[in-house]
Amino acid sequence: MTEIKEDNVCQPREPLSASRFRRNWAKLRRNKAALVGAVLILMYVLSALLAPVLFTGNPSAPNLINSLETPTLKNPLGTDELGRSILGRIIYGSRISLLIAVGVVSVGIVLGIPLGLVSGYYGGKIDFSIQRVTDTLLAFPGFLLALALVAVLGVGFKNTVISIGISMVPMYIRLVRGCVLSVREEDYVEAARAVGTRDVIILIRHILPNVMVPITVQTSLSMGMAILFAAGLGFLGIGVQPPTPEWGTMLGSARSYLFHAPHVATFPGIAIFLAVLSFNLLGDGLRDALDPRFKI
Amino acid sequence: MALLEVNNLKKYFPIKKGILSRTVGQVQAVDGVSFTLKKGETLGLVGESGCGKTTVGRSILRLIEPTSGQVTFNGQNLLRLEREELRKVRASLQIIFQDPFSSLDPRMNVGQIIAEPIRNHLKISKSEMRNQVAYLMERVGLHPEQMSRYPHEFSGGQRQRIGIARALALNPLAVICDEPVSALDVSIQAQVINLLAQLQEQMNLSYLFIAHDLSIVEHISDRVAVMYLGRIVELATDRELYQNPMHPYTQALLSAVPIPDPEIRKKKILLQGDVPSPINPPSGCAFHTRCPERKEICSREEPIFQNIGADHWVACHLM
Amino acid sequence: MSEPATPLLEIKDLHTRFHTLDGTVNAVDGVDFDVYQGETLGLVGESGCGKSVTALSILQLLRCPPAEIQGRILFEGNNLLDLDREGIRKIRGNEISMIFQEPMTSLNPVLRIGEQIAEAAKIHKRMTRQEAWRWAVEMLRMVQIPGPGSRSKQYPHKFSGGMRQRAMIAMALSCNPRLILADEPSTALDVTIQAQIMSLMQKLKEEFNSAIVLITHDLGIIAEMVSRVVVMYAGKVVEEAPVKELFKDPRHPYTQGLLGSIPVIGRKEQTGRRLQEIPGIVPSPMETPLGCRFHPRCHKVMNRCQEQEPPMIHLAEHRRVSCLLEA
Repeated sequence: MTEIKEDNVCQPREPLSASRFRRNWAKLRRNKAALVGAVLILMYVLSALLAPVLFTGNPSAPNLINSLETPTLKNPLGTDELGRSILGRIIYGSRISLLIAVGVVSVGIVLGIPLGLVSGYYGGKIDFSIQRVTDTLLAFPGFLLALALVAVLGVGFKNTVISIGISMVPMYIRLVRGCVLSVREEDYVEAARAVGTRDVIILIRHILPNVMVPITVQTSLSMGMAILFAAGLGFLGIGVQPPTPEWGTMLGSARSYLFHAPHVATFPGIAIFLAVLSFNLLGDGLRDALDPRFKI
Repeated sequence: MALLEVNNLKKYFPIKKGILSRTVGQVQAVDGVSFTLKKGETLGLVGESGCGKTTVGRSILRLIEPTSGQVTFNGQNLLRLEREELRKVRASLQIIFQDPFSSLDPRMNVGQIIAEPIRNHLKISKSEMRNQVAYLMERVGLHPEQMSRYPHEFSGGQRQRIGIARALALNPLAVICDEPVSALDVSIQAQVINLLAQLQEQMNLSYLFIAHDLSIVEHISDRVAVMYLGRIVELATDRELYQNPMHPYTQALLSAVPIPDPEIRKKKILLQGDVPSPINPPSGCAFHTRCPERKEICSREEPIFQNIGADHWVACHLM
Repeated sequence: MSEPATPLLEIKDLHTRFHTLDGTVNAVDGVDFDVYQGETLGLVGESGCGKSVTALSILQLLRCPPAEIQGRILFEGNNLLDLDREGIRKIRGNEISMIFQEPMTSLNPVLRIGEQIAEAAKIHKRMTRQEAWRWAVEMLRMVQIPGPGSRSKQYPHKFSGGMRQRAMIAMALSCNPRLILADEPSTALDVTIQAQIMSLMQKLKEEFNSAIVLITHDLGIIAEMVSRVVVMYAGKVVEEAPVKELFKDPRHPYTQGLLGSIPVIGRKEQTGRRLQEIPGIVPSPMETPLGCRFHPRCHKVMNRCQEQEPPMIHLAEHRRVSCLLEA
């Protein structure tokens, strides 16, 4: 048995701070911009969850008598061309936009992460084929790709999610592959191979957890982008179809009344702008908080 | 009977260029290395950075696929094994890494790290696993209560102990120690060296001890091999090599080691220039460009690695 | 050893703290020592003992905040800590220069070697471009780089580790500094290259009559290179002695342990296979032990070591030790 004479021989050094989580949380909290982003996102999430409470009534039911009203006490943000409350539609619209965002990053993650992991870890021919496909897809602007996919798949909520989701996949593949290439060279991966760990286990247990930080950051940024893309498709009339309240669609139909009822376009526009901005702020904040290189 | 026999091991890394990744040259990292490792002994492998000593260690385990050669371990030629067979052999041939910070997965706790090899090779219950991990931790001088802590909570020396526990988890026959103490503080180095020596006695382990620090290698090894530019230039028992170095490179290397005693002023053999690139190693004897005693033949012919008596092997034309 | 009466550099009660998210780190906690003209002083200690931070504090190369430097650093009688940005800039590279551990990262990869060496000469010696370049080539010749003319036009990636460290030395010497702070100058190099660099530094020191503060953890290099040694542990000086005395008669248990724990070639027969070890771990600067900072690892620990900070005991000139055993 090893002689441990003094009891203090191998007391571990007390952790520098209570925990990694608390450290990162402290760093995130210092970043005011990220905090603003997080609060805004929270507000959107709450309004999506509590939509029926915040707005009683049907946001899609037309009420032509009140069409194109300017903001009043009853309709704080005014009404649209069919007399529906814009506030109500924005509140219900946050459900659609957040669902799309979650759906899109799910598609991106489910397809992109495994492909990126395999591509980066195995290299060789598999990597070559995956990368050439990725290169080709990345040659199109992301929105154009989503547009083309909608043209093939057709309009609607599901197809919007799939199209935008697929247009995000190459980005995830690239990101994950890049991280895997550096993590793969770490000694602990080699150590895992040396003790006879199977490749699948190495990928899941060693490599994936160590590439989660950039994936998390990317996911936050992608959510913002997904909302923007979905709104773009909606604006063009090939996204989520009316009468479902969707911000982009609202903006699209408000276009005709831009001059005599500008509020109809303004408020959905602000909703989109703030949602995208908040996800970007949070993403940047996460990057700074989780990156171990930013120590202080 | 040799436990591990390495024969004419070579590893050339291709240098690729251009969009089509054409091979334009080769880095001859290891160029025909042969040695044996007996049961229970420690073979030191010394050399300066870039001499290929680390590549030798990784090639034996096939963490890097060697270009050619033979590695016989416990009667099996490792270079012929299939993936799954190799995975099983790795239970008894282990490695300890140089950097105690990068060799432990930061997202796993100590218990999971030490349990990994066991989980890969044996099917045992959770409580048995716990006991086994606790036992291993005690063996290497760690407190088993710290099983659920994460690597960043430990100091360098303690992390190296975790790495050692992981390597010993499956009772290996041989361990490749790749610079196991060079990243540690002086006062911690002694702890780890003592631990390695003690474990060797208890478990009858064989070590291939790769290092650049000649004093540490001398201290721990039974036999020592000196590498220069991908080849072994001299191999002898510990005592013989340090007291009677024959190869001019070994002589220069030994003379360059600073002695921690201000009363001793020894004459240093200062070598000229730097180690040549392994992409275009010099012709003949690879050392001839820096050798203070080179002869005409040295640049023409490669010297033979020969036994000059008392199991002292040298590759030099002066012999 | 006969030394001029006034030291070139006097460090008095130096404290360097870092204010971080996790709290305040006392990296250097009341260090004092002197350096005399023309001597080589060794600063020994393990990682985290504050030896590098001491050197960086002298030239104020730490970003403040988070760092906070207190105390007095007298260089030829002037307190460097009183100088403004411009004042310290004039000292850096000119009167006092620094050689770093990492020859790979201390050179700018997009500038030619010659330009980097010429820069200091241009700034401090007000040389013209051509003069400075010629000076740079001369410096490269001095540090024994073959073909200095053509080498000066190359970029750092063409240089091997040993040659980069020579270039760093050339840069450090380019203004004839009075004092060179060498922070582990040979740790990243191989032994044969290390021997070249060390003999070069020795030779140049004599030529220029500069003083060197050699910071290292390698006791072999200390024994060969320096005349006087300051041993640091956990941000404090624990012992100072002329080099021969330190190796012959180490007084502090830490120094004793350090000397006992290194394997020495040819000594295995006498000492056996078991090395003397210092138990425990190097304390983190976040939580230094109370009393004597070494007491949890000390084999001669007494009860009062846990409460009382040991005073500095002066045994002779340049011979002091901070241990309650001596009190």
